[in-house]
Amino acid sequence: MSLRQVLNIPASEITDEAVYRDRRRLLTALALAPALGLSGCAEAEAPPPPAAKPVSPEQAKAGFRTDEVLTRFEDITSYNNFYEFGTDKGDPSAAAKTLRTSPWTVAVGGACAKPGKLSLEDLIKGLTPQERIYRLRCVEGWSMVIPWLGVPLADVLKRFEPTSKAKYVAFTTLADRKQMPGIAYDSIDWPYREGLRIDEAMHPLTLLATGLYGKSLPQQNGAPLRLVVPWKYGFKSIKSIIAITFVEKMPVTSWNQLQPSEYGFFSNVNPNVDHPRWSQKTERRIAGTGSKLFADRIATRLYNGYADQVAGLYTGMNLKTWF
Amino acid sequence: MIAAKVAVHALALTPAAILAWQIREEFLTGSGGLGADPIAEIEHRLGLWALRLLLITLAITPLRQLSGQAVLLRFRRMLGLYAFFYASAHLAAYLLLDLKGYWTQIFEEIAKRPYITVGFLAWLLLIPLALTSTQGMMRRLGRLWGKLHRLIYAIAVLAVLHFWWLVKSDIREPLLYAAILAALLAWRLYKRVADTRNRAHPAAARSPKPL
Repeated sequence: MSLRQVLNIPASEITDEAVYRDRRRLLTALALAPALGLSGCAEAEAPPPPAAKPVSPEQAKAGFRTDEVLTRFEDITSYNNFYEFGTDKGDPSAAAKTLRTSPWTVAVGGACAKPGKLSLEDLIKGLTPQERIYRLRCVEGWSMVIPWLGVPLADVLKRFEPTSKAKYVAFTTLADRKQMPGIAYDSIDWPYREGLRIDEAMHPLTLLATGLYGKSLPQQNGAPLRLVVPWKYGFKSIKSIIAITFVEKMPVTSWNQLQPSEYGFFSNVNPNVDHPRWSQKTERRIAGTGSKLFADRIATRLYNGYADQVAGLYTGMNLKTWF
Repeated sequence: MIAAKVAVHALALTPAAILAWQIREEFLTGSGGLGADPIAEIEHRLGLWALRLLLITLAITPLRQLSGQAVLLRFRRMLGLYAFFYASAHLAAYLLLDLKGYWTQIFEEIAKRPYITVGFLAWLLLIPLALTSTQGMMRRLGRLWGKLHRLIYAIAVLAVLHFWWLVKSDIREPLLYAAILAALLAWRLYKRVADTRNRAHPAAARSPKPL
């Protein structure tokens, strides 16, 4: 890395897990001890992130956080599948700065009593973001551990009062040729679409993320609003959402549409059901600050390790048929 | 000639040298410019250079025929061996870095994943070509040597297929290599047909070109 590159990296981007934790402790200490006259130091720092609701021990047990080693901020934000900005994993971080994330509106409609087109601020008004530390498993066989900031999707959806006809929820990503250079190439039938069954959408683990590492979501990670469904392969967690629709029938989803034999609607992480072209038994964990060259592969767990929480959603379903 | 050979050796080793340097940095500092998933990057880059050198090797014959520079043939063997070198390093990275701790998975992967099956097959077929690349073997095998080394066409097709099958939806890059390979093979086919016709009707043959 050249000196110029080093100088151009904002301080916020070189925060690794330990520093991130220490900064949290420092900010807490500062908040608790203003009389010590240390507040001057705090002002020199970047403005503190919006206060997140802490995860309770019960919630931690319910899968809201894991103690596994975090993936570095720079890895989470430089290794992305976001085909609207190009199909190479380095493309989104290089090209996504052109995405305007404010103002941002989300259209919510379909089978609900109170449809509407809302600004992002109104959509999540009054809901306190919470930091959730989830594993993310990509269908390509790598995984990360990410501290998201977000609100439960269920809390947002309930505001629109879905009717009994709402069996599924469909999501759409922005597809703007001007802001997204990858749209020029038909790697996917734009706009990118994803969907969940209503009970999956209402599950307490399902998160509408607005940030990571205590900061606003970077564009390449799906700013300003993305889905996080930790027990499913990463592509189910749709990015830069502009529309949420309650529907009666299983909605069309982009990867399923592209190659139905390889990407199912459910796409639950499952080491026992291989992708036709590559095994799903193990994964490479991208985490920690040291060299990842000699890190062992780790065994992939059913539902990405969230079986205790979500297995009940799929009781009686043949997971080989409904992959 | 010696200077030219040294230059080709240096060029062929450059990608490996850059990668070796980055791996060293990665090992020492944890970030060596290989991205978030260095193992995937190492595998991908070694594989890509194996394929590129394979295609460059295959380009020697058409280039000689078009340019009349017979001297080009002197580089063909070393370029082919470098293709084998990168393909072997690619496989070694897969086994030693990627499948580390899960060695037994290799047999299942080869058997069950079409793209790994064809990739592994391409590497296996390269072995006899590398082993018979010496002057001595060339003499001993005689006409058989030429027949054996025609395996390179099958190897190149398998290598492109290996790349094609592993991409998820963006086929532009493998398509580029497939197109280059198609052009290289089409030239040979054209040459063959033209030569046969010339032999059958010598009167219709164009004025011979000095080769």
